[in-house]
Amino acid sequence: MSKKEDFVKFDKVDKSYDGKVLVVKDLNLDIEEGEFVTMLGPSGSGKTTCLMMLAGFETPTNGEIYLDKNPISNIPPHKRGIGMVFQNYALFPHMTVFENLAFPLRVRKISKEDIDKKVDKALSMVSLSEFGNRMPGQLSGGQQQRVAVARALVFDPSVVLMDEPLGALDKNLRESMQYEIKHIHESIGVTVVYVTHDQGEALTMSNRIAVFNDGKVQQLSSPDKLYEEPVNSFVAEFIGENNTFAGEISDISNGSCKVKLDKGEIIANPISVKSVGEKTTVSIRPERALINPKDKMDNNQKGKIEEVIYHGDHTRVRLNLLGNSEFILKVPNSSQNLDIKLGNEINIGWNSHDARALDPK
Amino acid sequence: MSSEIQKILSTDGIPLEESLKKAEKKNKIKAFLLVTPLLLFLIITYIIPIADMFSRSIDDKMVTNMLPKTYKAMEQWDGKELPPEEVFEAFYLDYKILVENKTAGKLQTQLNYEKNGFKSVLKKLARKQKKFEDGNYKEQIMKVHKRWRNVEYWRAIKRRAPAYTYSKYLKGVDMYSNEDGKIVQVAEDRRIHRILWSRTLEVAFFVTLFCFLMAYPIAHLLATLPMKYSNLLMICVLLPFWTSLLVRTASWMILLQQQGIVNDFFVWIGLVTDDNRPEMMYNKTGTYVAMTQILLPFMVLPLYSVMKTISPSLMRAGKSLGATPAVAFFKVYFPLTIPGIGAGCLLVFILAIGYYITPALVGGASGTLISNQIAYHMKSTLDWSFASAMGLMLLTGVLVIYWIYNKLVGVDNIKLG
Repeated sequence: MSKKEDFVKFDKVDKSYDGKVLVVKDLNLDIEEGEFVTMLGPSGSGKTTCLMMLAGFETPTNGEIYLDKNPISNIPPHKRGIGMVFQNYALFPHMTVFENLAFPLRVRKISKEDIDKKVDKALSMVSLSEFGNRMPGQLSGGQQQRVAVARALVFDPSVVLMDEPLGALDKNLRESMQYEIKHIHESIGVTVVYVTHDQGEALTMSNRIAVFNDGKVQQLSSPDKLYEEPVNSFVAEFIGENNTFAGEISDISNGSCKVKLDKGEIIANPISVKSVGEKTTVSIRPERALINPKDKMDNNQKGKIEEVIYHGDHTRVRLNLLGNSEFILKVPNSSQNLDIKLGNEINIGWNSHDARALDPK
Repeated sequence: MSSEIQKILSTDGIPLEESLKKAEKKNKIKAFLLVTPLLLFLIITYIIPIADMFSRSIDDKMVTNMLPKTYKAMEQWDGKELPPEEVFEAFYLDYKILVENKTAGKLQTQLNYEKNGFKSVLKKLARKQKKFEDGNYKEQIMKVHKRWRNVEYWRAIKRRAPAYTYSKYLKGVDMYSNEDGKIVQVAEDRRIHRILWSRTLEVAFFVTLFCFLMAYPIAHLLATLPMKYSNLLMICVLLPFWTSLLVRTASWMILLQQQGIVNDFFVWIGLVTDDNRPEMMYNKTGTYVAMTQILLPFMVLPLYSVMKTISPSLMRAGKSLGATPAVAFFKVYFPLTIPGIGAGCLLVFILAIGYYITPALVGGASGTLISNQIAYHMKSTLDWSFASAMGLMLLTGVLVIYWIYNKLVGVDNIKLG
């Protein structure tokens, strides 16, 4: 069975609530069958609106959404066959866990034995087989969350939507649930569209991440690409930590460019700049810059240590480098005794390939 | 392992339970003191009046105390034939004192309740007995009025002998104990109370139903609308509360009368002809309309408070799981509103069952309820014991309904707000 590449397709979708502001602008997004796609973005970036349009609770102002090549804008939510996990689980408080899970099957008029079988299977999938007769109110947050996931999956939907489902859980539980949801996804191969504002969650779970800002998808790519190769300064800033230099292109040739800063000049990788004189923001991940590099690197600068913060597995060092006093370095604790002391001057080096010259902020 | 459960001791060696009680005693006293004013208020304004009502409704000492000698003499009388001379003498002596003290009127009224026409007989006796001679009172009394020869009048007196009676309660359901002491129904054309009871229940039931049907969508709208609109709507719902009950009822009279605004409108749109205006007031229609409007907020508010707590994502979840909007509503939303429905219906029903002013003003003859009858006996016939009896019957009825309701819905499931 070959996987359909555009199983879910947003085609030039616009959405406005008040006729004045576009919450979603010209959204184009293809989601492959069986993929785990996360919509990541700050609050108000339009990601939940996209999910609601896909679920059928909002209609696009313009454009069309296709599910398995069929336009679905005119199909009411209950006929779309899309499972959904809501932010606060939305379990029916007057029904037992079993009845909650049986609900989508009963409305589909499935025979009683099949319902029992499917509900049992779904409950064991989230390891809650013993809890069928409990009321949702008697379960802990994590258990409720698993019931909600099981309920969204029990009727074998082709797509499952999850709207910040882990938002209400504490940190440890959230992490274990991330793995659990990821494993469920891997074992049954359902297409998942997941919304979150937590980048750690997005990076852990997703096949691909769509970073939303201002109603637009800023970048859609796999977690590693998103982190290593952000295409604009919003993504670079939003995902992970980031050191930036604002400057102007003074020379550009053969996949590298020189950027003139207020103090000094660095060599960078031109991503969204094309010609000399353009303004740019250069982005470097903290772990790409090394102290006293052994290998030859094409950027070598001296910086003064302004702050040292101990983080357990690593130490964060804040430097003043080329006029940027917010330059962060991450030093693994296993590394050789470096001379990290407040006020010391140290050598910093990085490859120009890792310094991405992006659009100016 | 010992089967005994070891007592847990607090650090200073006192059993934990005891020291907990000690620690909480102060709080308990404080809490009790806080509710004391309310408790006193309830006892004075609620418990005591009800107890008084109850004693009044069964109290029949008045006649007993007025005719002490008579009842003593009657103890031996079997009630089959005319009583012996001693009874006549005792009655003469009792009645003489009453006439002299000018309290005979009460006895006349009371005995007239028991036997129609007794009043005139007694009045005549009061006039004539001044000239009575000593001895042979039986002859003398029977000479005053021929009804004294009728044993039924004497039986009527005897029936009032006990200090307590449940006759008022029987009267409340159109029954009475006849001359032989058997409980029978009153003549068919005089059974008004039963009509009133059933009408009261019917009106209360339909008013509750109408209120529910109207309040449910309103409450739903209130709970789902954005704040700025829902506040306005809430004010509209509460507006009747800020208007006097009388004003509201009076305005319904203006609206509903035959030459009123509603009828004018019906004529104007051609629904009815001008000379055939329907009567919408002084009958049940008027009672229904006015009471529904007045009691509507009592249904809206509990419903609203419950609906407000139902997350809109539940309906969405229902739909996303494949339920049509109707199924999602009846399987998900509606069951969650039952506590509100329970509270609203109970509130409206209980208020409606004892409603007084509105039916009195717009009800007319076919729209009066049991409460109007109680008021009638309080104010016009001054038969307070009967009014008390009916009031208590109403209270009992409400308690029974509450009990049934508790069995069906469960009071724990009720949410008043």
